[in-house]
Amino acid sequence: MAATLVFVESAEGKIRSTSLEAVAYAHALGNGVTAVALGTVDQPELESLAKYGAQKVLHASDARLDQGIVQAYSSVILKAMQDENADVLVLANSSLGTPIAAKVAVKSGASLASNVVELPSTANGTFTVKRSIYTGKAFSVVELTSVKKVIAIKKNAAELKEVGGSAQVVPFTPALTDADFNATITSTEKATGEVLLPEANIVVSGGRGMKGPEHWGILEELAKTLHAATGCSKPVSDMGWRPHHEHVGQTGVKVAPQLYIAIGISGAIQHLAGVNSSKCIVVINKDADAPFFKAADYGIVGDAFDVLPKLTAAIKAAK
Amino acid sequence: MKILVCITNVPDTTSKIHFTDNNTRFDTTGVQFIIGPYDDYALARAIELKETSGATVTVLNVGLADTEPTIRKALAIGADDAIRVNAEPTDSFYVASQIAEQAKGFDLVLMGRESIDFNGGVVHAMVGELLGLPSFSPVMKLEIEGTKVKMSREIEGGKETLEASLPLIAGCQEPIAEWKIPNMRGIMSARTKPLKVVEPVAVNGSVKLQKFELPAPKGAVRMISADNVAELVTLLKSEAKVL
Ligand SMILES: Cc1cc2nc3c(=O)[nH]c(=O)nc-3n(C[C@H](O)[C@H](O)[C@H](O)COP(=O)(O)OP(=O)(O)OC[C@H]3O[C@@H](n4cnc5c(N)ncnc54)[C@H](O)[C@@H]3O)c2cc1C
Ligand SMILES: Nc1ncnc2c1ncn2[C@@H]1O[C@H](COP(=O)(O)O)[C@@H](O)[C@H]1O
Repeated sequence: MAATLVFVESAEGKIRSTSLEAVAYAHALGNGVTAVALGTVDQPELESLAKYGAQKVLHASDARLDQGIVQAYSSVILKAMQDENADVLVLANSSLGTPIAAKVAVKSGASLASNVVELPSTANGTFTVKRSIYTGKAFSVVELTSVKKVIAIKKNAAELKEVGGSAQVVPFTPALTDADFNATITSTEKATGEVLLPEANIVVSGGRGMKGPEHWGILEELAKTLHAATGCSKPVSDMGWRPHHEHVGQTGVKVAPQLYIAIGISGAIQHLAGVNSSKCIVVINKDADAPFFKAADYGIVGDAFDVLPKLTAAIKAAK
Repeated sequence: MKILVCITNVPDTTSKIHFTDNNTRFDTTGVQFIIGPYDDYALARAIELKETSGATVTVLNVGLADTEPTIRKALAIGADDAIRVNAEPTDSFYVASQIAEQAKGFDLVLMGRESIDFNGGVVHAMVGELLGLPSFSPVMKLEIEGTKVKMSREIEGGKETLEASLPLIAGCQEPIAEWKIPNMRGIMSARTKPLKVVEPVAVNGSVKLQKFELPAPKGAVRMISADNVAELVTLLKSEAKVL
């Protein structure tokens, strides 16, 4: 069997953590792993993919690929699949990864599964994966019947463990045409230095109970202490208290952290849909009857303005 | 300009999810169906474009006859006509192939970023690939100037602005437009607007459903006194092992 191909996404020269999980996922399939990275990526980052199981890293360093143009990326990844004779492509669900998965699947006639939450099962000759559906409220187990398969994974679909080894980094220079650059990215605004919400292991999230944007300091202080990303409920981003990309839920970001701390959020079903993949949920709300407590592992009934500073201090003290 | 808006017929966001037939079918008992929330943003933006630039708006759904009330709602919101491809939407590629078949000749195809039942986030890119057209998602802003389309797209932790040319496909999300609610006149006129039913083209699926599953029920919440937050920190470390 040819190695499994993994598309690894990078930002500012660094491989994204969800892509490391994709390498770990591919490694678990047992046929070896070839990774493909696009644009400018730091050499040590490429070499470090070996830690998670990559034996070979194709690097398409064409500077035009520094911008994530889906069409161009799909062409490069399809070519890598063909050159490497790979039957399976694994990548992380993301604003770039998911459409690439779709396009490569159509181009190569592969079975496609996105939103995959765990390693496949290959019992009795079938290849099945579990997907998250109904916005986290259920799962479906689907069989991928084509020889070729494209799998887009959600965070935590594979355990990120180091397996050692070394990888050969090979330049990859597929021909790209003007048609591959079918859009012009005119500007990018990106939060830098912060923990990204979809990738965060800990998320501290505030709702309307925080009363106004001027009160976010105590929430950010807690987040900083925990190296957490900050999130919010939909009304909070609708009112412009927080940026739109922090909005968690059915119509926002779906998070899957180890720990989700919800402060002053009532726990509407649409909000829960975005957080129910969290390993552990802590709810802080002044109303003991807030529906969120039913979905929580730990709860504190109390005023956010009183509890938050105390919690931040307690975490600092316990370090 | 001709705009096609692809809509899903999905359970209301407050629905509890259950399955029947040995966990192989969605249980519709007591479930209210709505236009997919993201599709609703796409539709709202299409109606705005219709109002400002005289575009025509066609809605399309791949589904069986029971989706027609949802299609009529889209007509009541302001779409001019509708197409229903008479087939059960079993997998993304199947649906994308049906949409691609109907989408030829449209200048702009608007979809939702994601369906909230299947959560694929892939149909727009698949249709783009099938038709050889650019596709973008999730699009938060879309302005048309001649044949040029200026968009902003959400990316992890931020956004990017980009430009491309018509015809193209966009998967939409807020704040591209505000959801529209049908008024009485819209509801009346929707009854007589054309809704064409077409048969599907033959497509071989390569993803087969085996079964549905529900998440394991959540254990009881453990309450901690607001005067003893140190206990919470201890529990997060030693019991939950998340710190
Ligand atoms: C189609 C659709 C999609 C939606 N998608 C989303 C989504 O993706 N994400 C989302 O979040 N919502 C979504 N919503 C909205 C959702 O239904 C709720 O309205 C929203 O989640 C409520 O936000 P909230 O909890 O911040 O505010 P509220 O419901 O107003 O709750 C505020 C909470 O703060 C508590 N509180 C007040 N003061 C304090 C204090 N001093 N200390 C501690 N607690 C305090 C209150 O007890 C209350 O529980 C959607 C709705 C629809 C119809
Ligand atoms: N059965 C369907 N009929 C019409 N449009 C659909 C259908 N399924 C998906 N779509 C469109 O494709 C988008 C993305 O769907 P998905 O890839 O399933 O997340 C949706 O928001 C719709 O706009």
